[in-house]
Amino acid sequence: MELRAEGVSRRYFRQSKLSNVFFAVKETNFALPAGKLTEITGRSGSGKSTLLHMLAGLLAPTTGRVLLGDTDLYALDDAERSKLRNEHIGVIPQGQTALRSLTVLENVKLPCLMYGDEVSDEIPMSLLERVGIAALRDAYPNELSGGELRRLAIARALLRRPRVLLADEPTSNLDDENTHAVLRLLRQCADEGAAVLLVTHEREAAEYADRVLYMSDGVLSAE
Amino acid sequence: MKFEKDLSVKNLKRKPARTAALVILSAFLSFSIFGGSLVVMSLQNGLKSYEARLGADIIVVPNQARSHGTVDSILLQGIPGYFYMDESYFEKISVREGVEIASPQFFLASASAGCCSVAVQIIGFDPETDFSIQPWIRESYGGAVGDGDLIVGSSIEIPANRKLVFYNNSYNVVAQLDETGTGLDTAVYANMSTIREMLESSTKQGFRYYDGDPARAISSVMIKVGDGYGIEDVANDINVHVRKVEATQAKSMISSIAGGLTNVSRVIGVLVVVIWILALAILMVAFVMISNERTKEFAVLRVVGASEKMLKRLLRTESIIISGVGALCGAAAAALVVFPFGGLVKRSLDLPYLLPDAGVTAALLFGSVALSVLAGSLTSAASARRLVKNDTGLILREDA
Repeated sequence: MELRAEGVSRRYFRQSKLSNVFFAVKETNFALPAGKLTEITGRSGSGKSTLLHMLAGLLAPTTGRVLLGDTDLYALDDAERSKLRNEHIGVIPQGQTALRSLTVLENVKLPCLMYGDEVSDEIPMSLLERVGIAALRDAYPNELSGGELRRLAIARALLRRPRVLLADEPTSNLDDENTHAVLRLLRQCADEGAAVLLVTHEREAAEYADRVLYMSDGVLSAE
Repeated sequence: MKFEKDLSVKNLKRKPARTAALVILSAFLSFSIFGGSLVVMSLQNGLKSYEARLGADIIVVPNQARSHGTVDSILLQGIPGYFYMDESYFEKISVREGVEIASPQFFLASASAGCCSVAVQIIGFDPETDFSIQPWIRESYGGAVGDGDLIVGSSIEIPANRKLVFYNNSYNVVAQLDETGTGLDTAVYANMSTIREMLESSTKQGFRYYDGDPARAISSVMIKVGDGYGIEDVANDINVHVRKVEATQAKSMISSIAGGLTNVSRVIGVLVVVIWILALAILMVAFVMISNERTKEFAVLRVVGASEKMLKRLLRTESIIISGVGALCGAAAAALVVFPFGGLVKRSLDLPYLLPDAGVTAALLFGSVALSVLAGSLTSAASARRLVKNDTGLILREDA
């Protein structure tokens, strides 16, 4: 299933000598095709994460719309959009995003537990094995390293076998070996039919991507 | 809903110190409102009970009564006392205009010596004319109180053989009265001939309570004023025309207690309000601090697919668990203080004190817990609204 952004932009207000209004993302048309891994690179503050959050249904665009298949995400109410994100869009956010009161295994199961869906240990454990932290299943997040927490977030995003996978700097804090392992995993998801977006600074990510886009001052362009 | 409940419980368990602090703060709410209301209600109940038991419009006692106790101290605090006048005063009083019913009473203090089972106030009444004690006795005992029979207050311990000895004479306990929360609970009641017999026995054993003829002694006269007569007017008339006695309106005895009760209730009310303001303010600050600490957690839940409603339910569940557990602990603590130490409260306040019945207490408990849970939940609601409306993207970027 394709994820499309049609004429999306995001405006913010801030105190400035030049203008009180600035656009984190300028009007952009963008498609994330199924079965492809798209990489967006660019400097910090260029608008990459803002675009990713709009695509994820977490941040309403100032203009334009975001379509998953034929469904306009922002035409849905919050509960419907949240459910749709839970079922079809896997998001790997920046930073440490584990819930501290849950074990590693419970954190991975979270998307299913949230809506009362039955989930055995089999699928989450296989994901933990793929990201190399199966032995930590009963540990709590405060016992994990930064890299292990990133891998936990990846396993959690993959639990529902999402049609769209949006990864925001998924390899930060990872060593070379783990960086390649995660990039291989994202490539594999694309090969299995998911539309994958990878926002990253990592140069080696390009070799796993089907296309690389560059973002600068809120404008997206082919590199 | 199960998810919200499970996650709330796990969140609370993972932060035991924070949870305990919030539970204790919430406990203050129900402790103060349940404990405070229970004490105030017990005082009101005590006053009503005292008013009902007094039964008379006017009480007449001899002028010198204050030297060996007063009607207030005998009836209210249960301090044994005695004072006497000749029966002729009863005849003079009962014929005054406006006196519809007059009935004599007789107060005798039993001794703490070996001649008596217990040191208590013994109150004698005339079954022919009494209108204040017998209606109350009939609530617990349907028979007549014959010679040698005793009715005892609720605080008197009845021996297994149901006999009490006063001045070496043995008497049968035929009934025990319901609790009134006043000094009447520690008194023993008998008819006039029984109590005069006790007085005669006491004199033989060397106790000199009354120098006159015991057969003609009375302690007080209870008066019911007829319709169309002012109670104050009748009391004044007796004070003016019958020498060596003092007629007091029962209302004035009640109003001095009511005044004390109002003062105590006001102090308790102010304390409860202060505790509530402090506890709610601290709870509100605590919830705001906690919500600031948890913005990241909520952003993560949004990313994974939680709706705003789900997050609100999660916070509401947490605050209900905290305030619910706190409210129950607070109410239990209040019960542990108020119930076992009721006697101490009564003595220290020097006011009639009667705990409400189980139904009223249960309703008060339920109301206090519900109010505390509601207040605790509302306190967290403001910070919850702010937390839910946060920009998820911004929070995730800030913490990256």
